[in-house]
Amino acid sequence: MKLDEFFVTGDPLIYGADVSIALTMIGAIFVLTYFKKWKWLWTEWLTTVDHKKLGVMYIIAAVLMLFRGGVDALLMRAQLTVPDSSFLDANHYNEIFTTHGTIMIIFMAMPFLIGLINVVVPLQIGARDVAYPFLNAVSFWTFFMGAMLFNISFVIGGSPSAGWTSYVPLAGLELSPGVGQNYYLLGLQIAGIGTLLTGINFLVTILKMRVPSMKLMQMPMFTWSSLITMVIIIFAFPVLTVALALMTFDRLFGSHFFTMMDGGMPMLWANLFWIWGHPEVYIVILPAFGMFSEIISTFARKTLFGYKAMVYSMVVIAGLSFLVWVHHFFTMGAGGAVNSFFSITTMLIAVPTGVKIFNWLFTLYKGRIRFTTAMLWSLAFIPNFVIGGVTGVMLAMAAADYQYHNTYFLVAHFHYVLISGTVYACFAGLYFWYPKMFNHRLNERLGKWSFWIFVAGFNLCFFPMYFLGLAGMPRRIYTYGIGDGWMSLNVLATFGGVLMGIGFLILVYNIYYSFRYSPRETTGDPWDARTLEWSTPAPVPHYNFAHLPEAKGHDAFWIMKEEKKQGKAPEKKPYKPIHMPSYSGVPIIMSVFFFTAGFGMVFSWHWMSILGLVGVLATMVIRSFDYDKGFYVSVEEIEETEKKTTL
Amino acid sequence: MSNNEQTNSHSHFPWSHLIGFGLSIVLTLLALWVGFASDFSFRTIMIIVVILALIQAAIQLLMFMHITESDSSRIQVGTILYAVFIAVAIVAGTIWVMSFGMHNMNM
Amino acid sequence: MESVEYSPNTPLEYQSETGRLNILGFWIFLGAEIALFSTLFATYLVLVGRTAGGPGPEELFEISGVLIETFLLLTSSFTCGLAIHYMRNHSLKGVFLWIGVTLALGLGFLGFEIYEFVHYIHEGAALTTSAYWSGFFVLVGTHGAHVTMGIAWISLILIQLKQRGLTPDTTRKVFISSLYWHFLDVVWIFIFTAVYLYGMVM
Repeated sequence: MKLDEFFVTGDPLIYGADVSIALTMIGAIFVLTYFKKWKWLWTEWLTTVDHKKLGVMYIIAAVLMLFRGGVDALLMRAQLTVPDSSFLDANHYNEIFTTHGTIMIIFMAMPFLIGLINVVVPLQIGARDVAYPFLNAVSFWTFFMGAMLFNISFVIGGSPSAGWTSYVPLAGLELSPGVGQNYYLLGLQIAGIGTLLTGINFLVTILKMRVPSMKLMQMPMFTWSSLITMVIIIFAFPVLTVALALMTFDRLFGSHFFTMMDGGMPMLWANLFWIWGHPEVYIVILPAFGMFSEIISTFARKTLFGYKAMVYSMVVIAGLSFLVWVHHFFTMGAGGAVNSFFSITTMLIAVPTGVKIFNWLFTLYKGRIRFTTAMLWSLAFIPNFVIGGVTGVMLAMAAADYQYHNTYFLVAHFHYVLISGTVYACFAGLYFWYPKMFNHRLNERLGKWSFWIFVAGFNLCFFPMYFLGLAGMPRRIYTYGIGDGWMSLNVLATFGGVLMGIGFLILVYNIYYSFRYSPRETTGDPWDARTLEWSTPAPVPHYNFAHLPEAKGHDAFWIMKEEKKQGKAPEKKPYKPIHMPSYSGVPIIMSVFFFTAGFGMVFSWHWMSILGLVGVLATMVIRSFDYDKGFYVSVEEIEETEKKTTL
Repeated sequence: MSNNEQTNSHSHFPWSHLIGFGLSIVLTLLALWVGFASDFSFRTIMIIVVILALIQAAIQLLMFMHITESDSSRIQVGTILYAVFIAVAIVAGTIWVMSFGMHNMNM
Repeated sequence: MESVEYSPNTPLEYQSETGRLNILGFWIFLGAEIALFSTLFATYLVLVGRTAGGPGPEELFEISGVLIETFLLLTSSFTCGLAIHYMRNHSLKGVFLWIGVTLALGLGFLGFEIYEFVHYIHEGAALTTSAYWSGFFVLVGTHGAHVTMGIAWISLILIQLKQRGLTPDTTRKVFISSLYWHFLDVVWIFIFTAVYLYGMVM
């Protein structure tokens, strides 16, 4: 392979990206060296197994990916603003909508949510760490390396261009002969390992690591939603693993699962992809529901309405989410019986979701509402998500779907559920739990500016798309003619997209601004909140709780505060040594080998893939022979830390 | 801790393993007989052998893997039952959904 | 956290927090494995008959080889159970003996499977021949890869057992690997039924 085939050439945008990547890397290396931070980076962050730090790293990675995916989105909007635009060529446009979709779902939404789950859930259940701290680090690093592998595709070798769903035959070897599709397959495969491990880890954590006094039906709603999400992850991700592996075999080793020749079934790919893909939608929405529940309850100063109904509706969603996948390809023509069945299950799954909407409304009813930024995001979520949900029920009708399928109506629908559901929740959760992570709040004034601009931009961007869809504009076209009559609505949408970008930039500026100017936290409970994570002092010690808290019902921390007001202060017990796991460099090294193996397979450099896989196995063997049992935090250290904290 | 049934007091001969092994062999041979020596229809044969396989899987889970022995046995059994639901949804669902292409089987 | 008193009847592998958590976690991992193999079975079953004019299973499958593989694996699952039985009676010798037998049977199974694969490829049925054979080789091959991993993994645990004897840590590892081994037998039961019996009776 020649060097000019290896590096993507010939496009000024890519050269710009090359330069900015090089400059960022040089900048990072310079800063780390100049401030002598290499050792700190390695010992405090890269080898950490602390769930709070891993959570923060997930969120940082997710915000970077949100930037990348957002730039992709704005490039698409720029191209579509006016008819017959020649800003991007067809192939470049295809690459951009492919990476936009993949990155936003797999490398932005999921890590953002998993990051918040990492930070918050162990604190909410009164645990000192997760069930498998080492695996938690493996999860993060495999996700991170998978994301990096996917992302380097646009400067080395070329990006995938067959859509985030990668339907065959388009994604097959004949029609996508380059390495781009291989990047997609291996990047997702490596990141998927991490996600599956997260699923097992947090399922066991939530079930077995709660403080003994907390019953299942007393868990905070965010913990409940995480629990259900983990169940879905555990059973959905293996399906993706297999689907990706089969396509990898088709492309690299000449098998015939999805090929047009020799008996392959191209639509089998769509079938397998969506068996994972639909549960995936619930994986990214259920934690969002959990966060909104916490935030609405906190800022309405009321306990959550219909707790049990919330839990049971999520359990029903978890079961039904595996029985609706065909609604993504009604137009395949599987026949009346199949389409009817999946049409009905799809409409059924709207019922528990509707139940939850009413629960939030009743929680707000007669509440003394505080309009913080986190609360604003949660309040905007309700009407916007209802629009997305109702249009979803329209799409669920198989016969009607033949009309909407593959139009901007669908694009508008899933952005309405994913942005007003997942992205609003990520922002709401970030504002809400930010003081827990960084010991200061984000500025509320900037937060409200960013909120109003983003929400206005979002509705301006995507509401017109419903009408573009009804006017017949198909998705994934790179341009359209002047005679199609789609221009005015597209201009509107682009304007909205720019506003969303500005809203995001204000959020990023807010992070910098608050770091500089926000007052440091003096208590661990800035919002007068209700659940146990707020009972920890500021900053949260690495062992989380000096004494394990006691949960006496829903809103355990609220009950503790009420008892304190009545003068029932908990007696001071002596500290005991706390057992904590040791940090380890094995996860990051193992993930680098995963990356090596993946990169080798992308280019079919078998020596490199074998080297990588041997490395992976070697690190596993090293781990197996490692009998490190962790360490004990001494009573003196606990006393010292607890004196310094501010509660 | 107290409900760890499979305990060290079982120091006598491992009967449950032996019975499980015997049953597995019998069930395998039975499936073989149904498949090759019986004159049931193809459909009946497949139903019977799948049921036999499920019984054999249950024997492994209960008698060899002691799924019910630990504190977390309810979670373990729940996981496997939910996995069976998923397995049925994936296998039966996929066969049903993809059956639209069966008329051009030998392409 | 380890100050709990354990009844002497509690097996060693359940006597530590790590032991109990890891065993539960592995059960949940097996749940994920069920989803993984279900997807492979589903794929295989919809590809049955799609031989693109090439050889089909009814021409190539032979009952004798399949039966040998089945009984080898079945017996290895039994001997693996015996190893756990002896582990709970604190007999390190018994553990070594029966795990040794288990590994030998596992290797025997692998040998026959490799022979079977080579034979099919020789007869003109390979991964690249047709959709049907792609499905066959990937389903049965994934199981075979699991068996290979299992043999390597259990061998490593034997070394640790040799170094450290029966402790809560080593017994935990032996017990978890035994769950894995039994699970592979469960998967084989379904391969025997859905691939071989189905293929030959059809």
